[in-house]
Amino acid sequence: MQVDLRRIVVCLTLVALAGIPLGGEVFYTRLFTRIMLYAIVACSLDLILGYGGMVSFGHAAFVGVGAYTVAILGYHGVTSGLIAWPASVVMAALLALVIGGISLRTSGVYFIMITLAFAQMLYYLAVSLKTYGGDDGVRIVRNTFAGVLDLRQPTTLYYIAWLGLCLVLWLGRRLVHSRFGVVLRGIKENERRMQALGYATFAYKLVGFVIAGVVAGLAGALLANQTAYVSPALMHWTRSGEIMVMVLLGGMGSGFGPVLGTITLLLAEEILSSYTEHWMLFLGPMLLVVVLRARRGLYGLVPAAEVQP
Amino acid sequence: MTEPLLEVRRLVKHFGAVVATAALDLAIMPGELHAVIGPNGAGKTTLIGQLAGEVRPDAGHIYFAGRNITALSVPRRAALGLARSFQSTSIFPGFSTLENVALAIQAHAGHSFRFWRPARSLTHIRHAAVEVLKNVGLAERVVVPAARLSHGEQRQLEIAMALATTPKLLLLDEPTAGMGLEESAQMVALLYSLRGQYTILLVEHDMDMVFALADRITVLVDGRAIATGTSEAIRANAEVRRAYLGEDDSEVGRAQR
Repeated sequence: MQVDLRRIVVCLTLVALAGIPLGGEVFYTRLFTRIMLYAIVACSLDLILGYGGMVSFGHAAFVGVGAYTVAILGYHGVTSGLIAWPASVVMAALLALVIGGISLRTSGVYFIMITLAFAQMLYYLAVSLKTYGGDDGVRIVRNTFAGVLDLRQPTTLYYIAWLGLCLVLWLGRRLVHSRFGVVLRGIKENERRMQALGYATFAYKLVGFVIAGVVAGLAGALLANQTAYVSPALMHWTRSGEIMVMVLLGGMGSGFGPVLGTITLLLAEEILSSYTEHWMLFLGPMLLVVVLRARRGLYGLVPAAEVQP
Repeated sequence: MTEPLLEVRRLVKHFGAVVATAALDLAIMPGELHAVIGPNGAGKTTLIGQLAGEVRPDAGHIYFAGRNITALSVPRRAALGLARSFQSTSIFPGFSTLENVALAIQAHAGHSFRFWRPARSLTHIRHAAVEVLKNVGLAERVVVPAARLSHGEQRQLEIAMALATTPKLLLLDEPTAGMGLEESAQMVALLYSLRGQYTILLVEHDMDMVFALADRITVLVDGRAIATGTSEAIRANAEVRRAYLGEDDSEVGRAQR
């Protein structure tokens, strides 16, 4: 019987995350809520980036749309999460349909640039929305769930995020091994061949893109609740870049890698920024070392169990 | 009289001032192995591209199984039963040999917007894939990652993927490209075994192979079909011999000996 080291890493990480609020430090509960929500976003990007080969440089747009949907509905008095969260999902799906429908007709550098351009357009749209704070962003009232859940309790939101992360990991695993997932990976390997085999690749890519957008949008709705505040910074292109770094750091197309990448990046940011405001100066070289020395990311350093092909 | 399975009528394609296809007519009859030969730059690759749907013709029509497919996309044509192999090996290097073929079978087993069941649990697809691999002589290499196959084996896999889609017509683009003598001989044996089972359009450089395999041969020069006929007729054709003179006169001559 072979020990599956990767499975152990996944289980230990999730169990450790589940235990953090038990320490009673609200600071850590809040920090790791944020980390887990970004981990969800990174996992969703990994679906299209790591498995589908779509280098989307505008993933923060979906986070922002999810968050702004919650904010705008809240501003007009709709605070029920039962309405706001599904609304975030719908808005993110529509946005992904539009962005994907246009940008997936291109490839390579053009695809990167178009996704980036769309995200920046949304960023400036948010800046121009003076009603909702413009550049400064706007405070929001946390969503309510008919008195069943109280999101003002950091622990409640924490465990929603934890459950969400577990669910995303589990569903993502099913997805990438399903026939759809195999098609997505086939497109990454050799799109021309996929078409010659009879796959209408555009449709599969678009569906993958929308799934990723929806997951990121939902995470955005939760992020808005976590900070009780939204601002255009959520959608800035540097944020899209950070999300991409989380995926690369942890390991593209590895399922769990983006979670490790997110934890590492956001913790390093947190720790380094407490010593110096020039923390990027130290984080940059660290990233270089990891990306150059471990091309398959941190998770790639953990040996995979032998699988039957 | 039987209808052609594939019919090309007055097909035209220009790239700037270069004429790649010049009012080409071509008919592939059901069950035949039809070879297209021609010197470099005769427009063979462009023809394959137009038949497969990757290159849009400027004028003319392509009929497949009685249907005008001139405007159809690559995947639509593939779904109708037009399978192809590529001149430069085009496989999924990160997948196992079996997964490569399974992906080809899956393409013709209904849509793949199926998100739940693991693909590897679909035993009927995997069994069918193993059968195809047996037919092309790759039964021993089922679990090997495709990237680790030898060049010749990758070419065989390329054919296997085309066969796995249970095509009506096989478009084979220089299946022996870049192969050594021994590998080439294996490929010829494989194609020989497919003869009669499938309708095949074979684009090939290797004259010996073409004359040994083809039921009919079309000679393409400057985008035009200058002759179509059996091996004997093509060998005897004066215009064909002239077309190859200066270009590579040894090829037709060698094939004759």
